[in-house]
Amino acid sequence: MNQETFKDNWELIVGLEVHVELATQTKLFCGCLNQFGSEANTNVCPVCLGLPGSLPVVNETAVYYAMQLGRALHCSVNRSVFARKNYFYPDMPKDYQISQYDLPTNLNGYLELPTGEAVGIERAHIEEDTGKTTHIGTSGRISGSDYSLVDYNRAGIPLIEVVSKPEIRTIEQAKAYVSELRNIILALEISDAKMEEGSIRVDANVSVRENGEENLRTRCEIKNVNSLKSLGRAIEYEANRHISLYGNGEYPKQETRHWDEDAGRTRSGRSKEDAEDYRYFTEPDLVPLNPSEETIAKIDQEMPELPSERRRKLANLTGVKSSDMTLLVERNHDAFALDAIKGGGEPEKVVKHLVNNLSSGLGALTSEALAQLIQMENNSEITSTQAKKVLGELVQRGGMPANLATELGFEAVGISDLEKLVDQLINEHSDEWERFCSGDTKVQGFFVGQVMKSTSGQADGKVINQILNERSTAK
Amino acid sequence: MNSVTPKQYQSASEIAGLVANRETSAVEILERHLNQIEEHEKDVNAFNLVTINEARAAAKETDKLIVEGGNVGPLAGVPIAIKDNLCTKGIPTTASSKILEGWKPPYDATVVRKLKEAGATIIGKTNLDEFAMGSSTENSAFGPTRNPHDLSCVPGGSSGGSAAAVAAGFAPIAIGSDTGGSIRQPAALCGVVGVKPTYGGVSRYGLLAFASSLDQVGPFATSVKDAAIVHEVIGGYDPLDSTSIKQAPNSFVNEIDQGVNKLKVGIISELMGGIDGITQEVIQQTNIAVSALSDAGAQVEEVSLPAALYCLSAYYLIAPAEASSNLSRYDGVRYGLRVDGANLKEMNVNTRTEGFGDEVKRRIMLGTYALSAGYYDAYYGKALKVRRLLAENFADLYKDYDVLLSPTSPCTAFKLGAKIDDPMTMYVNDVCTIPSNLVGHPAISIPFGSGKDGMPIGVQILAPPMNESVMYQVAHTLEKASQ
Amino acid sequence: MSDSISSDEVEHVAHLARLRLTSEELATFTEQLRAVLDHAKDVEALDLDDVEPMSHPLPIENTMRKDIPNPMLKPSDFLPEAPAVEGGRFLVPKILGEEE
Repeated sequence: MNQETFKDNWELIVGLEVHVELATQTKLFCGCLNQFGSEANTNVCPVCLGLPGSLPVVNETAVYYAMQLGRALHCSVNRSVFARKNYFYPDMPKDYQISQYDLPTNLNGYLELPTGEAVGIERAHIEEDTGKTTHIGTSGRISGSDYSLVDYNRAGIPLIEVVSKPEIRTIEQAKAYVSELRNIILALEISDAKMEEGSIRVDANVSVRENGEENLRTRCEIKNVNSLKSLGRAIEYEANRHISLYGNGEYPKQETRHWDEDAGRTRSGRSKEDAEDYRYFTEPDLVPLNPSEETIAKIDQEMPELPSERRRKLANLTGVKSSDMTLLVERNHDAFALDAIKGGGEPEKVVKHLVNNLSSGLGALTSEALAQLIQMENNSEITSTQAKKVLGELVQRGGMPANLATELGFEAVGISDLEKLVDQLINEHSDEWERFCSGDTKVQGFFVGQVMKSTSGQADGKVINQILNERSTAK
Repeated sequence: MNSVTPKQYQSASEIAGLVANRETSAVEILERHLNQIEEHEKDVNAFNLVTINEARAAAKETDKLIVEGGNVGPLAGVPIAIKDNLCTKGIPTTASSKILEGWKPPYDATVVRKLKEAGATIIGKTNLDEFAMGSSTENSAFGPTRNPHDLSCVPGGSSGGSAAAVAAGFAPIAIGSDTGGSIRQPAALCGVVGVKPTYGGVSRYGLLAFASSLDQVGPFATSVKDAAIVHEVIGGYDPLDSTSIKQAPNSFVNEIDQGVNKLKVGIISELMGGIDGITQEVIQQTNIAVSALSDAGAQVEEVSLPAALYCLSAYYLIAPAEASSNLSRYDGVRYGLRVDGANLKEMNVNTRTEGFGDEVKRRIMLGTYALSAGYYDAYYGKALKVRRLLAENFADLYKDYDVLLSPTSPCTAFKLGAKIDDPMTMYVNDVCTIPSNLVGHPAISIPFGSGKDGMPIGVQILAPPMNESVMYQVAHTLEKASQ
Repeated sequence: MSDSISSDEVEHVAHLARLRLTSEELATFTEQLRAVLDHAKDVEALDLDDVEPMSHPLPIENTMRKDIPNPMLKPSDFLPEAPAVEGGRFLVPKILGEEE
């Protein structure tokens, strides 16, 4: 990653921990339904309730999904061992969480951002989700609550935790990272990854350092970020908070902080005195996972086309800017774009129409129709305004643009006719023409408007301007 | 000596045969045992709960099924006592702890389900050292169990209630759990047969976990054959237990009277004279057992198991470490005791402080310490390596020997209260049994003679993993010689 | 007396384990835990650098289950055993000292 300055002489360092809820049919360690929105404590059994005597058995589909994500992130897939992370909290039925510690499933990969930069991935491991605690009291937040209620439907849902290396340097990169990770997950179809629903959760580790410094400084973990926008705001707030502290000769405390969306700030979470010693040790109730070479090869073979490849394909054909490609791939319009280009549509215009005019969907529009429409525009058979209208109709009811244009009575006024009109106007409005020729561009609108009026809007504005310019320079 | 043991024991296989043939009924068998319980249970305190109504209903069902010509299973009508750390649906399962007093599980342990399917009549839940932590059953929150051979003595532990139930004739079969010797040691002290299967050979699903990589469920019986029959019923792969063996051996009875001709038996020298607190009479009886095997055609030799000397330490690091984690769930939130507090943390602390006994607290703290940052490598990490060494020792020996032999317990049953004040003194009782748990190998204790006070002595046979057949074979021969 | 564990450390692990000890208990337990850890010094002293730790007694790997549903419990199966319930959820006293 290139060095980027966040503010003054300060560099921003961000590492992201993303938890993804897998869309398996059942939970990670038992056969309870992995289902959102059920009545409290109805998707439970002795295992996910942590009842005395219960034992976990791992879901092979969850493991497969984890390996798929690992390979999509260019990680090595390894023999892995489950571990217990011990701490007391009511949303954890066993008061320990089964996770992976020193031998996780996936290690050492990278995620390619749309800009082409790569963010290193430390690891992506499997763990179980906790139940949900609701705090009852006046504020609905923990502090000031009178008591809490716990629902274990979510306890035991399979999670993959993807941990990036602290290589993110800007807020844009952080957001792009999350978007791209999400797109990869969607391409793999292993989760619906919705931040608003909590099926993808982002924690940001934020620190700063002065430009040129080699070592990393104290970082804080920010939790409770529920959208990309919040992620950006939270990182910005936190980085500034650190910079202020350093400015006052103080230091940020290493801690977990919570993003308060309404107040627009982070707040201190667990204090250092209660810093947990998780006492990790190998989970004795589960055996190691050791995937075969064949399994990993199969995963690689079956890997769907990932967003980065799709962007590359489009880029090779169009030379179009990256943010447009990202948008197209995200909307799943890239294949359509490629077809339209193959069908004769000019690449830049194909992308432009898709990005600007087709954000709500393609409807009945075919790639051949788009290609033809663009050709008609290029040949000035229709104006761009007319093209937009035709496009709208194509989306609505399909068909081919040539027919629709005729049906709608759209026909661009020919260039020679336009020239005649302009010449006529120049004669009729010599004062205004003088002004235009001496550089008064405000008068341009007057002439264009007049031409439009005479042609009932069926003139191509671009062509009119072209003619005007030609006439004025010819003088 | 105040003893309540019956003059004669009736074997489970005999009972099952009689019941299946309708020479007697399950109900009759049950009532006989309930009478025995009524007469002597107040002195022995083997049970936390005698499930009279449920047992009667089950016995009736069994008889009905037999009359209808249905298939009842190999344990038809046999009363079986279940250690109170195994889940029995709808019936209190307490682990002899205040923290679970009255807790009714919504499910049966796999072993319990299998026993029911085999036609057994579950007669009650037996007492244990709280959460299976102990060697005398004195750590129970509901009072100690007394040894039926001498009511002033301990029955051993932690499955003291189950051992005593069988010794007192309350049930021909009982089920216990063995983490460091908790089936074999009380079996030895109570003069009955006790088996710890190969780790993974019997499902742990529904067993309240103490030390997950050491715990195994196994039978108590009055004969080796009975133990083998029950072992066949309760053993086998369970998809609900990830540590259960897919190809668990399941046939032990067929080859049981093959004898020991030409079998090689290794006597573990480190577990004979050199250990703390081993009595002369135990050594003597063990030697007699060795001679008996030799007379029966076995080749007996002294062997060395060097890592045995470190087992006690390794065990008292590994077991508490796992236990400290396994017992975290008892926090007053979802089931069991809750002692209120001003906030959640206070409630957790109040509940656990009041709900757990001293030995449990000791082990939780020891385990927490062994796992904590900075100490992991020195203690727990090292103990796991000792385990590996031990496994290698055993593997080497089993290249040349079919089974190994040692005393089960260094001494006969001690008096109630004699060792309770010094944990280390109590822990030493497990020195002969712990090695098998650490490596997951099967072992059996069979009664072989008694001490000068008439208290039973047990001899232990150890076998390679999944080789229970040869273990039962040797045990059966020894049993015959002891009579 | 050895220094294998101090009473401060015993207090600390008691706290980690959500246990409260009286000062008498602290003293007694410290002594008892010391005795066990002293005994364990024999293990601590071994040079086992070349030995692999053994977490499981069995060399089993890859035991998994298929992603198909199993019967679940109904709330009435376990909520009656709960110390406190409200609206079908487990009720716990207020949680202090941290955000969710």
